[in-house]
Amino acid sequence: MFEIISLISKWMLPALVVFIPLYAIFKKVPIYESFVEGAKEGFPTAISIIPHLVAMMVAVAVFRDTGAMQFYLHFLSPITSLFHIPNEVIPIGLLRPISGIGSLAFVESIYREFGPDSFLGNLASTIQASSDTTLYVLTVYFGAVGIKRSLYALKVGLWADFIGFVASLIVCSLMF
Amino acid sequence: MIHYIWMFLLLSGVVAAAAKGQIELVTSATLAGAKDAITVCFGLISILVFWLGMMQIAQDAGLLKKLAKLLGPIAKFLFPSVPENHPAMGYILSNMSANLFGLGSAATPMGLKAMEELQKLNPDPDKQTATPAMCTLLALNTSGLTLIPTTIIGLRLKYESLNPTEIIGPTLIATFVATSMAVIIDRYYQRKYRRKG
Repeated sequence: MFEIISLISKWMLPALVVFIPLYAIFKKVPIYESFVEGAKEGFPTAISIIPHLVAMMVAVAVFRDTGAMQFYLHFLSPITSLFHIPNEVIPIGLLRPISGIGSLAFVESIYREFGPDSFLGNLASTIQASSDTTLYVLTVYFGAVGIKRSLYALKVGLWADFIGFVASLIVCSLMF
Repeated sequence: MIHYIWMFLLLSGVVAAAAKGQIELVTSATLAGAKDAITVCFGLISILVFWLGMMQIAQDAGLLKKLAKLLGPIAKFLFPSVPENHPAMGYILSNMSANLFGLGSAATPMGLKAMEELQKLNPDPDKQTATPAMCTLLALNTSGLTLIPTTIIGLRLKYESLNPTEIIGPTLIATFVATSMAVIIDRYYQRKYRRKG
């Protein structure tokens, strides 16, 4: 099963890169002009995200690098030990929604210390892989179209992250 | 809410640095954060330019309409407010498929294109308030539904894992649970929001 999915995954992109223009040629679309026309939008879109991304990533860096995060982790540890959650994975769960690179660093430190195939290694992998960086996605998607009021999107994203974290804990405890 | 989170992150960072007596940490963190943001953004430029070009071809050839027709029932269930033949549907579905197959780099440009189309449907006069359909799209993207977590498998290999793909099963279950719950929670807030008017 995995081999099939991973094969599809590997071939998907090259296949698309050939299939889309090929299909378009049959439909008599001037593919080169079409490509350039669409690609033109890429640069301004990326540039329009910059202010949003700088605002968010500076705040996350300040939170992470000054030790504020460590402080809150300390604060959380009585609660986490109550639920038998391994202390090592708490920073991953906490950082995952706000900084994908940040939580990845903690995953790597678990790999180094306990090995990727240990229970903690598997758990860390699952937590990291089962979610996306909510704050980043929100910043980029809303930033690109100039949305200032995001309604309840952040709440939904954070709830999903929390549920993903709990689900990872339960599934890994049962399977490994 | 985003205002408070932003303020919370900055304030607690400055307080923590001051309490440690290492206030200069704030300065280096702001510089590092800003630099990271620009690096990420520049990384996005190449991907956006290429995939927005490809997507334009797909759009002009009618491929996205085909995809929307093929996966119409799912899309109609998830995005009831988007008209059936609206171009937003094609982009939304290509964004979802790209995520599912682990084409992370292609997913973002498709998602942004979908946002752009959803923005055209936005009834808000100054177009600065999100629509429920946008929130659903974000719920699907933030919960990270994917069949193959390529990045983490690569990292496990790097650390000489004997069984790097062992986590695919648990990841699939966890991400599936998170995504379905995200859709349900999104629906709940959507109802609440509409009732408020």
